[in-house]
Amino acid sequence: MKKFITYGVICLVLIVADYQFQQMQQIRAWMSLAVTPVQWLVDVPQRSWTWLGERLQVRDELIAENKQLRAQALLAERRVQKLASLTVENFRLRDLLNSGERLDEKVMVSELIGTNSDPFVHQIIINNGFDSNVFVGQPVLDATGVMGQVTSTSAFTSRVLLITDADHAIPVQVNRNGLRSVAYGRGHYDYLELEDLADTADIEVGDILVSSGLGLRFPKGYPVAEVIEVRHLAGQDFAKVLAKPTAQLSRSRHLLLIETAHQQTAAASGGE
Amino acid sequence: MELARAHNLWVPFITLLLAFMLSALPLPESVQWGWPEWVLVVFLYWVIALPHRFGLGWAFILGLLLDLLQGNHLGINALAMVSVTFFAILMYRRLRMYRVWQQAFMVTLLVALHQMVSYWAQGIGSDASSGLWFLLPALTSGLLWLWLFVVLRGIRRAFKVA
Repeated sequence: MKKFITYGVICLVLIVADYQFQQMQQIRAWMSLAVTPVQWLVDVPQRSWTWLGERLQVRDELIAENKQLRAQALLAERRVQKLASLTVENFRLRDLLNSGERLDEKVMVSELIGTNSDPFVHQIIINNGFDSNVFVGQPVLDATGVMGQVTSTSAFTSRVLLITDADHAIPVQVNRNGLRSVAYGRGHYDYLELEDLADTADIEVGDILVSSGLGLRFPKGYPVAEVIEVRHLAGQDFAKVLAKPTAQLSRSRHLLLIETAHQQTAAASGGE
Repeated sequence: MELARAHNLWVPFITLLLAFMLSALPLPESVQWGWPEWVLVVFLYWVIALPHRFGLGWAFILGLLLDLLQGNHLGINALAMVSVTFFAILMYRRLRMYRVWQQAFMVTLLVALHQMVSYWAQGIGSDASSGLWFLLPALTSGLLWLWLFVVLRGIRRAFKVA
């Protein structure tokens, strides 16, 4: 009985300390090393399956895939060419406006190695940690949109909180007209909710929401979600707007970690 | 000679490692809701079988590891594991006398206690959606016991873990 109470009190103290003190993040980061092998081991079947699949693929399939990829690359290249000229043009215009904003951020590719098994927490684990300069608060994208942000790092792995988690919110704006809002996660993979839009606000089904860059955490202009439902409730001042995340939250395996200049300095000075 | 016999204590730890891996498997969301609490169920077996080896201390350590693995706040799983183990130690003699399905019922209750403690401890700091679905793993863990008990007993006898 005495032992039980002692352990119970230690646990409660730990929980409270973990909620209250920033320093616990460091301690956790090092302690997480103890479970890193488990996370790697769990990923082994998936990795060996991919490896085996790559080696056993039939030649015809490979040729077909190769052709298809070539075609895709061609299309992408064409788009990049256009983008290059647009980027230059954009730089020139920004120069004209004397705005110091940078357009391209440094990007690092990372791979998913695990998810959180708790259905209340939308979290994934990636295979880069502070060893490769991942920092808390770093924005994470996949090929189609914003996924979330890094919430804790250990030496070789990091945890990414997805934008659909019930504790997550991201500042967005409507791509069509620049209307600003905040998209809240609701704990469902298929939608985010905008709850602070006036009933008369100009927003329609099909509008693309992009990150607005306000709050200085997410870089500006990446697609976040597409509006799927605008509900006007009689007698309410605010409309209920639901939007479907454009990122493949439960499918993407390759992720992009973005480094923005002001964030690195913020992380370096320990700012949240 | 004493060392050669050595009680084969590595066996429980291998089973616990496997349980950790199973609990960290990436799963589709629908399966996640009913995924059993592998670590807790395996640990409960060893507590009931070898209460002189596995007690509150190990419950605490395994709980902490589970917290680290799941990215919870430190201490949430530890608290739940310690409370469940406390009850398991109180009644391990009775549990041993039970039939397997009676044990499974008790395991269901114990895992439900684990779920409630961790749900409650998690609720302090966040507002996750509610509902009683978080108790589903207790049922599946109870069902799991029917099979796992036989397997682990076989392992314990085969390796003469003491």
